[in-house]
Amino acid sequence: MGNIGSGVVIDLVLHGIQVVGVDVSLDKLERARVEILKGLRFAPLLSKHLPKVTSGEAIKRVNLTTSLEQVAACEFIIENVTEDWDIKRRVYETLDRVAAPPVCLGANTSCISITRIASVTKRPAQVVGMHLMNPVHLKSSVEVIRGHHTSDQTIEVVQQLFRQLNKQAIIVGDLPGFVSNRISHLFMNEAAFVLQDNIATAGQIDAIFKQCFGHKMGPLETADLIGLDTVTRSLDVLYEAYHDPKFRCCPLLRKMVDAGWLGRKTGRGFHVYPD
Amino acid sequence: MVANDLNHVRETIRSFINHSINIEGLGDDENLFESGIVNSLFAVQLTTFVERHFGLEVGTDDLDIENFKSVNATAAFVVRKAGGNPV
Repeated sequence: MGNIGSGVVIDLVLHGIQVVGVDVSLDKLERARVEILKGLRFAPLLSKHLPKVTSGEAIKRVNLTTSLEQVAACEFIIENVTEDWDIKRRVYETLDRVAAPPVCLGANTSCISITRIASVTKRPAQVVGMHLMNPVHLKSSVEVIRGHHTSDQTIEVVQQLFRQLNKQAIIVGDLPGFVSNRISHLFMNEAAFVLQDNIATAGQIDAIFKQCFGHKMGPLETADLIGLDTVTRSLDVLYEAYHDPKFRCCPLLRKMVDAGWLGRKTGRGFHVYPD
Repeated sequence: MVANDLNHVRETIRSFINHSINIEGLGDDENLFESGIVNSLFAVQLTTFVERHFGLEVGTDDLDIENFKSVNATAAFVVRKAGGNPV
């Protein structure tokens, strides 16, 4: 489920929703379980407005499994698989077969077009993009993407879900990267180029965004939070989609991924995370 | 170190924060979160450090940003939580 998948589970559980969480291995599920419990524990520290849920209550609301077939009983499905078209395509073909006919599929994708995702299913009107961002339970809004065939009814279903999560849906059209990542990845990528060119330190780059622009996080901190492997894959998707050189991935970013410095999740990225 | 050694506790916390965010001239009463020096996720790092370093258990009722909003607030929390016992 990765970073974002665990974040989605935390938000759903906090709001009293039963969840089936699927990942490809027991190791990954165990890491997700630890992240989910940690996120639930610290939620009251990060926001006074969130409900408190004990680990005992949380365990009752979450079923973690490696069997994708177990989502058959779900009333809504949120897909968070890695930003790789071949993997996404196979997952959607299975979801389309397993999920009950009225169920909508929410693609929590970074950059891949919702219309393209919907094209591999027999329910394109019920496929909708929902770009949730970390930390999911602290965000008051979500970017919702209407694919070419997404129906008004599906938009209404997803809006109901987000009302339950106290989030405002900002509905936009569909092209790769949508609004958020098409712009934010240019920031993160160029910040990596600035660092590579020795113009400033990572701390200085982020400080300028926070202290001068008033952003809550700088572009390099944001990249560390998302995961540099995910950022790199998203840039590759954008480059492939638009064939525009502005999306070419910074070599430093790719080198850090090769070195295993993926950001917060590995304890080191552009910044160091002691815990 | 003992819990009433507030100065030592404060120095340990200041050192952790300075090491983590690499900022110069941080005031001991400066609100880390309101000033935008760090984002709220740093509160999790700071809380985890306090638990591990001082061997304290931070309970659900303690998970209040007021307890971790500055160097002094965090040091006072550690001393209060330890209740005068060695930490």
